[in-house]
Amino acid sequence: MTSPPRIRARGWGWRHGGRLAWAVRGVDLDVQPGERVLLLGPSGAGKSTLLAGIAGLLDGSENGTGEDEGELTLDGALARDARARAVRRGRGEAATGLLLQDPSAQTVLSRCGDDVAFGLENHAVPADQIWDRVRQALDDVGLRVALDRSTTHLSGGQRQRLALAGVLALRPGVLLLDEPTAMLDPPGAAQVRDVVADVLASSGATCLVVEHRVEAWVDLVDRVVVLEPGGGVVADGCTGAVLDRHSEALAAQGVWAPGRQSRTPRRAALPADGLLTARSLAVTRDTSRPPVLSEVDLEVGTGRCTALVGPNGGGKSTLLLALAGLSRPAAGEVLADRALASGASPNPHRWRPRELVTRIGSVFQDPRHQFVTSTVRAELTLGPRRAGVPETDTTRRVDGLLERLRLAALAEANPFTLSGGEQRRLSVATALATAPRVLALDEPTFGQDARTWAELVDMLADLLEDGAGLVVASHDEPFVAALADDVHRVGDGRAPRRVPA
Amino acid sequence: MSALELGVRDDVDPGAVLARANPVAKLAVATVIALGLLLSVDPVTAGVALALELACLPLTGVPLRGAWRRSWILLLAAVPTGVLTAFFGVDDGAVLLGLGPVDVSAGSASAGLGITLRVLAIGLPGVLLVLSTDPTDLADALAQVLRLPHRFVLGALAATRLLGVMAGEWEQLTLARRARGLGDDGLLGRVGTFGGQAFALLVLALRRGGVLATTMESRGFGAGGERTWARPSRMSWLDVFVVMCGAALTTTATAVGIAVGTWELVIVGSA
Repeated sequence: MTSPPRIRARGWGWRHGGRLAWAVRGVDLDVQPGERVLLLGPSGAGKSTLLAGIAGLLDGSENGTGEDEGELTLDGALARDARARAVRRGRGEAATGLLLQDPSAQTVLSRCGDDVAFGLENHAVPADQIWDRVRQALDDVGLRVALDRSTTHLSGGQRQRLALAGVLALRPGVLLLDEPTAMLDPPGAAQVRDVVADVLASSGATCLVVEHRVEAWVDLVDRVVVLEPGGGVVADGCTGAVLDRHSEALAAQGVWAPGRQSRTPRRAALPADGLLTARSLAVTRDTSRPPVLSEVDLEVGTGRCTALVGPNGGGKSTLLLALAGLSRPAAGEVLADRALASGASPNPHRWRPRELVTRIGSVFQDPRHQFVTSTVRAELTLGPRRAGVPETDTTRRVDGLLERLRLAALAEANPFTLSGGEQRRLSVATALATAPRVLALDEPTFGQDARTWAELVDMLADLLEDGAGLVVASHDEPFVAALADDVHRVGDGRAPRRVPA
Repeated sequence: MSALELGVRDDVDPGAVLARANPVAKLAVATVIALGLLLSVDPVTAGVALALELACLPLTGVPLRGAWRRSWILLLAAVPTGVLTAFFGVDDGAVLLGLGPVDVSAGSASAGLGITLRVLAIGLPGVLLVLSTDPTDLADALAQVLRLPHRFVLGALAATRLLGVMAGEWEQLTLARRARGLGDDGLLGRVGTFGGQAFALLVLALRRGGVLATTMESRGFGAGGERTWARPSRMSWLDVFVVMCGAALTTTATAVGIAVGTWELVIVGSA
């Protein structure tokens, strides 16, 4: 391993090409070799940009991709020079290693071994040494797969460990982790975190990690740095002291401070009327393959929240699509109650899209998948218009939703330009705009900060009180605990098992 | 979606001669056959070439069913082109079918058949090349054997990884449109929805592509300097043999065409 460098930032800032606002500005920071730093701050504070800067990926020179100010150095050399020098040295030792959030976008090649070897090739490591180091790196992350195993069918957690192996193969002196577990299920997240702990213990590398879920990383770091949008470093010190002193402010910004996230569970649900019933239902992702789940019997009732829990890949989302009338059952059926069907076919998957929107609303895991217009207001107006709601009612409804979900100021903004939390609120609002009696949500709290999380729970609890039926696929235990009346554990291809709420 | 899943070739026998050949050799064979057949439009030359290609199919390691499943689409290009030529091509010889303004003559029918067979005979090696070649191996060969710029080759290779991801995204987008109440307005509405959906896919692709580019750069890609190759790609005697077989196939087909008298040089531009 390269010995960890001294990282030093003085008045450092970065502005992406073509942007008016600085992504990050006025950062003063010193990180000593071997230190482990947790970077906190609200979205838009420039945490990711700072990591990319330290990784030497931001080039502010004449033909670069943006503009920099101040200085950012590794052992006195500009970060991007330090990167280039390490690549050219030919020892296969990178100055820094960067792991990002999205596992599916970090796989470069189609075979596991090749993917890990990619960085070593770029660093001009002789071919006869490459494969030993690839095996070693895969070993280090606990990924026991054949080198020629296809990367296509790895789970999110495995992919993230594969990406980490690609980083570790280069023996970086600094490990830069940008929300490395935000998109993983709890077991996958725990594995990645444990691998990082082992690596740091054995290598002594410096580590800077950005994570919203403080509790998982707090034992691993010895220092917390808080960034503010446009304000540089606003708090810096040893972990306990910073979290204690700034807990109020951090919670208000949506950072998960330990012990501050629990919420009183809602009162017990009223006796329910059935809305949707699944009978001997089998669902499949791919019609040419056997069903991922079969013999499913469950019910969604008025004023009740039905939760589907279990590991990623177990079939939660696929089951949810069938319940929401978006996919055709492979066998068995989904039946809508007569009141819910109100004249349409009893099988939701046979409903026309216009019929579907007024009966079952869907919220997808990635909100961007469901945006179809160019402004927030148009996005909310679309559903009611499709359903034939009179124009004056539509306007009233949309204005009400904009107000209630704190989106009024963004009414004319393009949905794709919103922050993650705003996109989530908008995606829920679009589903609510047609006042469906059933709402199906897929991992609604995925990657959300604490503030959006709490808002979501409140909003959904209100809907339940108004008599809506909810069905939620989620591996967020506090979320399920706060809302669910019925919990079904999904996995291993068998029928979901009902577990106590 | 199977057509988009490049690099997923579970059913190809890795021990077959052509599966072991260097991708550049296979590319050379496909090119030689294409160039040879472009010289003439006649059913005999193209037919002999196609017959020989089908006879070589076992050497590719691609099972018959798999080959058919991925290559039948060639017929969609080949048959209509041939039929149109038969109807609207320059008439010559006995009229076989008179339909008022359009006639099918012996000459135009022969040209139509020739075009159909030619499209198939040129297309089939291309399809087999894709089926029996891993994209990674192709990239290795293009960069190491043909010495194409590795930044370009590896960038394109990484982009193929995103194709599979994008296929999944497209499915999600389609489902989400139904969930939003779209998709039941007949053809025009569907065209509009499709445009919006394609734009959304583009936005998502750019974002994913950005993450992928950052990942690659952070692992030293594009920092200049030399690069080594974990999977050396070289031409062997087997490859020389494979290329010579391709040349022999083209020569045989052309020789038969000339012997029968149907082979006629097409001057580029006058066809």
